[in-house]
Amino acid sequence: MEVAKHWRETPERYRLEAGKCSKCNTIVFPQRIICPECGNRKFTTQSLSGKGKLVSFTIIRIAPGGFEDLAPYAVGIVELEEGVNILTQITDCNPEDLKTGDPLVAKFRRINEDGKTGMIYYAYKFVPDAGL
Amino acid sequence: MRDVAIIGIGMTRFGELWEMSLRDIAVEAALKCLDDAGTEHIDSVTIGCMSSGLFNQQEHLASLVTDYLGRRNTPAVRVESACASGGMAVRSAFMEVASGISDYAIAIGVEKMTDVDGNLATKALATAADGDYEAFHGINFPGLYALLANAHMEKYGTTREQLAEVAVKNHRNGALNPHSQFPREITTDTVLKSAMIADPLRLFDCSPITDGAAAVLITTVEEARKIGKHPLVVISGIGTATDTIALYQRKDILKMDAVQMAGKRALQMAGKTIHDVDFAEVHDCFTIAEIMVLEALGIVEPGQGGPATQNGHTALNGKFPVNPSGGLKSKGHPVGATGVAQICEAALQLRGQADKRQINNARTALTQNMGGSGGSCVIHILEAK
Ligand SMILES: [Zn+2]
Repeated sequence: MEVAKHWRETPERYRLEAGKCSKCNTIVFPQRIICPECGNRKFTTQSLSGKGKLVSFTIIRIAPGGFEDLAPYAVGIVELEEGVNILTQITDCNPEDLKTGDPLVAKFRRINEDGKTGMIYYAYKFVPDAGL
Repeated sequence: MRDVAIIGIGMTRFGELWEMSLRDIAVEAALKCLDDAGTEHIDSVTIGCMSSGLFNQQEHLASLVTDYLGRRNTPAVRVESACASGGMAVRSAFMEVASGISDYAIAIGVEKMTDVDGNLATKALATAADGDYEAFHGINFPGLYALLANAHMEKYGTTREQLAEVAVKNHRNGALNPHSQFPREITTDTVLKSAMIADPLRLFDCSPITDGAAAVLITTVEEARKIGKHPLVVISGIGTATDTIALYQRKDILKMDAVQMAGKRALQMAGKTIHDVDFAEVHDCFTIAEIMVLEALGIVEPGQGGPATQNGHTALNGKFPVNPSGGLKSKGHPVGATGVAQICEAALQLRGQADKRQINNARTALTQNMGGSGGSCVIHILEAK
């Protein structure tokens, strides 16, 4: 069922929750069952700060289905303070002005929707961090 | 393990084959392959296909294709590894023969992508990325490879023109290939003035959406010697490897670990180094992909993929020709067929039958086929004996 498919990602998408390996302290996003670094199966929940810097980005001009109205928009890889990476849209800026290394911060935003009467999908998008 | 040879190759034309169905093109490639081999002997069938479910609302290709090939009751299986499905199918057929389970195994790679519109085709392809943590956020494959292109340009100073030269070179080769979807030469300007898709990648940096199928028939070296029709082409090395499916989870996005490891394993099995290889067919799904693969395989040093392309090192008459077939860019990229088609080209070159695009004294070839943004890779070493 489509609702469950999105509902079960709520900890990551709504609250930026990652997993922290209880043995080697590796942080994984999204959460996993087994640590890719040491094979340990025990994790604690780690809330991510949502602050990080831009590693690489692109401006999507020809968007995939469901995102056409948004184009052009920026998507990039952000390295968070905790040392874990995340792929995200970058918004509230002119995408042409973005530069690698820019400080960014996570906001809770609408990502997409299933037509006029279907589900609305929410998650993080990142915006330039004014440092306020 | 038994030594393995390729005794038959066959391909459909690549392009928009509206008059033919998924089963038609798979069967056409297989029959051409059997005609080329000069035998009707098949003990097992392996189909490589990424997504007939999404492209054609049709799964269960092991049964469908084997039935329409006139081989009811023959053992058959389908393998999937996104855009590396074809290469993985050849690997499975290799293992059938090497292990002694089959004496004659056919690998058929197929993808029929134009039964849906471009938007749905892009959506089907996007399933090779991490659905919940990449595609969900509105990124597609041009976007993922654009992230790589930007990082590569920033770290190594790779230029926009150098990316374009990959497409120009591959179209120059593809213009000599009768199977090509776009057998036309293009200029640097064609690339630089084409529509921007995902900065800095433009339309002519991207491989097209294609229908097509390719097949190879594999047997033991001993059997192949008995048939003895062509210069013998043996598969002397196979390497595969995986990496994170999501690009963002790699420690260094510019290191294609799966490609590097698969290459190392294949060369080791063949008892060779990259310097023993005469030419390669590589997975240029985007121009930046070819540049990064050259570096991951050690054909050039890290950061030198752009300059090497620009100075003609990888041209048909260069020191290390890459993609003599025209690559995915010009020949076309029916995803499940691509890895098999690369091996068809390599075999053709090793037999000395590549006509206008023939590489002189080609004795050892490498084919590199990968899935997604490098989450899986399969590499074959082929030798003329
Ligand atoms: Zn661990």
